[in-house]
Amino acid sequence: MLIFTLRRLSLFFFTMLLLTLLSFSLNFLFPGETIINLTGAINATPSQLIEINEAYQTHRNIFWQYITYLKHIANGDLGLSMASQSSISTEIVTLLPATIELSLVALYIAMLVGIPLGFIAAIKHSKLTDNLILSISMLGYSIPVFWLGLLAILTFSISLGWFPSAGQISLLFEIKPVTGIQFIDILLSDSPYKWQAFSDATAHIILPACVIAVAPTTIFIRLARTSMIEVLDTSYIRAASAKGLTFQQIIFRHAIRNSLIKIIRHVGLQFANLITIAMVTEVIFSWPGIGRWLIESIYQRDYTAIESGLLVLSCFIFVVHILTDFIYAALNPLARGNKYGAR
Amino acid sequence: MNNLKFISILLLCFLLSACNEEGKLSLSERSVIYCAEGSPETFNPQLVTSGTTIDATSNQLYNRLIAYQGDDNILSPAIAKSWHVTRDGKKVTFYLRKDITFHQTDYFAPTRTLNADDVIFSFERVLNFAHPYHLVSGGNYPFFQDVGLNDLIYDIEKINEYTVRFHLAQADNSFLANLATDFAVILSAEYAEQLTKLKAKSDIDTHPIGTGPFKLKEYRVGSLIRFYRHKQYWQEPAKIDQLVFDITPSNTGRLTKLLAKECDVVAYPIAHEKIVQHEDLSLEAVTALNVGYFGFNINKAPFDNKLVRQAISYAINKETLLDTVYQGKAEMANSLIPKTSWAYDNNITKQEFNPELAKSLLNFAGYSDGFTMDLWAMPIQRPYNPNAITMAKLIQSDLKKINIKVNIISFEWSTFLQRLKQGEHQAFLLGWSADHPDPDNFFTPILSCSAAQTGSNTTFWCDREYDDTIKKALHTNNIKQRKKYYAQAMAILAEEVPVIPIAHSKRYQARGENVLGDILAPFGGINFYNVSKKSLNIEKEEIKSNHRSKQNNSNTGVN
Repeated sequence: MLIFTLRRLSLFFFTMLLLTLLSFSLNFLFPGETIINLTGAINATPSQLIEINEAYQTHRNIFWQYITYLKHIANGDLGLSMASQSSISTEIVTLLPATIELSLVALYIAMLVGIPLGFIAAIKHSKLTDNLILSISMLGYSIPVFWLGLLAILTFSISLGWFPSAGQISLLFEIKPVTGIQFIDILLSDSPYKWQAFSDATAHIILPACVIAVAPTTIFIRLARTSMIEVLDTSYIRAASAKGLTFQQIIFRHAIRNSLIKIIRHVGLQFANLITIAMVTEVIFSWPGIGRWLIESIYQRDYTAIESGLLVLSCFIFVVHILTDFIYAALNPLARGNKYGAR
Repeated sequence: MNNLKFISILLLCFLLSACNEEGKLSLSERSVIYCAEGSPETFNPQLVTSGTTIDATSNQLYNRLIAYQGDDNILSPAIAKSWHVTRDGKKVTFYLRKDITFHQTDYFAPTRTLNADDVIFSFERVLNFAHPYHLVSGGNYPFFQDVGLNDLIYDIEKINEYTVRFHLAQADNSFLANLATDFAVILSAEYAEQLTKLKAKSDIDTHPIGTGPFKLKEYRVGSLIRFYRHKQYWQEPAKIDQLVFDITPSNTGRLTKLLAKECDVVAYPIAHEKIVQHEDLSLEAVTALNVGYFGFNINKAPFDNKLVRQAISYAINKETLLDTVYQGKAEMANSLIPKTSWAYDNNITKQEFNPELAKSLLNFAGYSDGFTMDLWAMPIQRPYNPNAITMAKLIQSDLKKINIKVNIISFEWSTFLQRLKQGEHQAFLLGWSADHPDPDNFFTPILSCSAAQTGSNTTFWCDREYDDTIKKALHTNNIKQRKKYYAQAMAILAEEVPVIPIAHSKRYQARGENVLGDILAPFGGINFYNVSKKSLNIEKEEIKSNHRSKQNNSNTGVN
């Protein structure tokens, strides 16, 4: 397990190094002055500019500039947003939790719906149910998310009035941000309307989370279906059934557990996909997360924010990736022994 | 497995409980959410002329010495319980109320009520260049500079704790009207002292303390403004506990929030028919004192040439603009002021649409092959121009017919205004909403020489004759004489064409039927003081009957 951990950490380290190299080189590729792109200090006075140049060691060669850039990142200094002139790291710290919250809920919904459906499809392999589930999942996969989001707002917010259309919580509730994750903050707050706030926040998250969840759900259906079919085909299942176990016993005791392990490996991969969908959805539902912020930054040509936002988001996705790898390894002893990256 | 089931059931319970909204009523009945079209630049109306900022600040957070009241816009007491003007019109004395308290907030606790010091502080800050607070937040007080209050007032004298006298350089008819505008608010001198000690002077404009019916609780840039009721308000306290401005720049976003009941009141709604169709929503409109116009930067060629400006004014088809951009919900502008103003001159002819004449004027000016120009269109919806980009495109196609190629340029709103002030533009689409009913409020801030210096006259047109005429109009008491002067001024404008007036629009607002009380006014910012919410438990019948009568009303209003 130690070697496994070390390998993942070194992978993390080098990937991050490459990412920073990319974001550093973006400064040179974006139009405008490099140092301004890097720091976002568009209104700096000449004396401030000298200070900034000193801080980023622009007089030395490019290698040292990169090293100083890394130092700044390590200290959490990502520069100023060109549009709002506030510190990007504080902006990200306030926005990222909202995105994490939304994508985790979406992931939960996707897994809760997708995996059982996939299993059912596999058990009823090549029957009507299977075909039905597969065609629905195909449909879900091909619907563009922005259209689905608008449709959901039109149906559930405007026509039926079940769910609100925008934001994280009704603005009437004052919740002090502590962790940034709305639900935890509500539970921590001393507002007299705590439980109303909680249910209001729940109502707000359902629509966007479901919209995000649609595409990953369909993928989970397919993954669960394939892995279940594979498992059902193995010899130990046949042995179990020869021993006289009932079909239910076989499915719940052996098949589900073994096929789940294979699915967990893919959760990390799906997460990257999910974040991309979440970014678009955040715009549609005015969700105060990092995706909406990033898209607005692109719209406003806020280079410093784009660059740092990309760095943070990819770092976040990578961390999730590694985490799922660990969970996978913890659940599946076979993966731990796999030292030389055979798979 | 059992655990998983339990968690799932628990979660499901939460999901279901979300649909049960009855408990929220108590809070939402006492609060109003207003979907605003943009963020305020500051919380001090002295510093701006932007309508968005005025909407969010003036009537909510502050009071003025005197105020307009009623349909006839009569000047009436506010912070000053009475006032007296000497016969020569040069001394104006205000007697202040003694029971006015400032806001108590997380950042300030007042120890005394309002007195003469606060009034003097508020005006000295604006007028006196040496005042310690004058340069805080940039030292730009566009309204006061445009109407020339700093030249007019040469001294403010404290007679006693509750009496203040303004000494004027000459008699001025618009002086009292100007003091009643949304800009002439009274700040707290005590708060300023506290901030000086804390070395946080600029907080005076970002963490406001006023005497108005609401106090600021929280502001999240670009997202929301939260106000609480000012319980010790000197009049009866406001009827709602909490007022939230939900900042939603997108037009469709505001409409969605209105339809989904996430906003109680919505600024500048689109899709009017859709709103009228809904039983529980209503649409209101006031004929606003405003003008939307096409302006030239006369410092830049070819618009330094009068003939070119005239040519363009003949080439633009205003009828189409009114139909398409305002959807017929505006009146064509023939000059700066709308017909409803007493100063309007009936002899002004309607601007004629004549591309042939425009072409020959261009030939005469030496631009027979046409030219290329930049047209700056404002990025946001304002009452005087609901969609500047569309308007720019229509103008683009109109001008193409006389061989002028138009590039449309737009920036984010505050950047747009800033760059306009710096004179980077060639031509622009903008407008003006009046702050008070006096006609001078159109002539001076939009086109006077002093306004060209402060940057609110972005045409940079400065005409001595025009300036003299509008100044003369201010110094006379005789209303016929004043009207004559304004007629002269409008004749000069028709000849010189620094701007092409396009339309006087109506300002719209939509709200849920359960929100009661007036919010909109024909000029100046909105006011939530009188707003209350009807209990949602009343029978539907009542809503329906109300709606029917309201719909009739709004229909007559719209047409």
